[in-house]
Amino acid sequence: MEILASLGKYAIMLRRMISRPENMRMYWREVLRQMNNIGVGSLVIVGIISFFTGAVTAVQFAAQLLGGWFPPYLLGFIIRDSMIIELAPTLSSLVLAGKVGSNMASELGTMRISEQIDALEIMGINSTAYLVAPKIIASLIIVPPLIILSAYLGIYGGLLAATYAGVAPEMFIKGLRYMFDPYNVFVMQVKAVVFAFLITSVACFYGYYVEGGALEIGRASTKAVVNGSILVVFFDYIIAVLLT
Amino acid sequence: MITVRDLKKAFGDKEVLKGISTVFEAGKTNLIIGTSGSGKTVFIKCLVGLFEPTGGSIHYDNEAFSKMSRKEKKQLRQKIGMLFQGSALFDSMTVQENVLFPLNMFTNWTTKEKMDRVNFCLERVNLIGANDKYPGEISGGMMKRVGIARSIVLNPKYLFCDEPNSGLDPQTSILIDELLTSITRDYNITTIINTHDMNSVMGMGEKVVFLHKGYKEWEGNSKEILRSKNQALNDFIFASEFLKELRRGAGKYMD
Repeated sequence: MEILASLGKYAIMLRRMISRPENMRMYWREVLRQMNNIGVGSLVIVGIISFFTGAVTAVQFAAQLLGGWFPPYLLGFIIRDSMIIELAPTLSSLVLAGKVGSNMASELGTMRISEQIDALEIMGINSTAYLVAPKIIASLIIVPPLIILSAYLGIYGGLLAATYAGVAPEMFIKGLRYMFDPYNVFVMQVKAVVFAFLITSVACFYGYYVEGGALEIGRASTKAVVNGSILVVFFDYIIAVLLT
Repeated sequence: MITVRDLKKAFGDKEVLKGISTVFEAGKTNLIIGTSGSGKTVFIKCLVGLFEPTGGSIHYDNEAFSKMSRKEKKQLRQKIGMLFQGSALFDSMTVQENVLFPLNMFTNWTTKEKMDRVNFCLERVNLIGANDKYPGEISGGMMKRVGIARSIVLNPKYLFCDEPNSGLDPQTSILIDELLTSITRDYNITTIINTHDMNSVMGMGEKVVFLHKGYKEWEGNSKEILRSKNQALNDFIFASEFLKELRRGAGKYMD
């Protein structure tokens, strides 16, 4: 019952978000601010995690494949597809659910508790449209390129680790080109868009409807991260089933 | 002028406002007083539309608030300024940006016009030179003054203040009261102040509405309070021995 009530509230929030902006320039400025927070603010953490994920995957597969009858260029092929199809979009989104999700939920929760959201409403501003919509739009714009970058860095990390493990860079690059299907990049981008929407809208939902005090802000932040992450992996499966 | 008729508000089974009727006149400082939990904040939030009343009506200059369309409510809200108990300044913005925000959102003025207005409002609340400070860098009293500047920047017709003196020292409280009184008179605003600061009640209560257990128990002005025979009001106003003594003295003087 509680889940249904939450879903209803979530739907109302999304519905209220769609309205004519009071001042388009102010909304756009907010979108840019959020793009900076989400994209630039997460660049380092997403970059480091992706780079080492690619490197670790390369080391693990190199240990299993090399010395057997598998051609070494397969390492490039495996790293490429695992990064593009799964690791870059899912892992980066889980990182974003933690970093951006908790940040957004606590920001909105604090605004709710300190009556800043009420202040916006009193001014005649649709607070949902002004506070939630720019965050979702910004993440829809900035997360897909962030995930492309993540895939690139993961593959690059894989290349360096593979070279260190004894695979010639030319072999690795040959693997990268081997049976390349651009459709996988499309799947990656679909995942990026869906995950971006889920992470931000769920975080905004928990932050926007906070009631109580500082303790509730912490709880909302935790719920945003936990439920955002669960939704990411759940929809990862759904997309895999639908698009593979 | 704001006219309230038989206003009721309940949260589930709990009825917080039980039929309040009163009139708040323009150009006057109207005070709502009452003990904690008497329904003051709920009342003020119903007046500004943050809470939907469960019964009764609110008229802004003879226009029924509940019958207004969403667009009309939005237009009305641009004529409303509100000072919140905790000031409700936007943390991510400087003092100047906070005051500028309503102008950016609702006017097509040039940057110079907007800055002139912001500086005028900041000067009005004695806050010149604090433009680039963030809310976290200024005192509670200054935050209240920034809140007042932001609430008057669009020349509101109605000004609502929720506990403007809470957490402030007596001297700063008096400054805030004087500021609110002068703004009310200078711009002929309908000002409604929610307070339990007795200095404010006695100093600026041109109209005082006393709420008790969800009812309007008494209304009058600050002078009439001293002569009131209402037991609940007397218990609230003259809670301390010092004030009881003071009242006895004032009574003798008045006789």
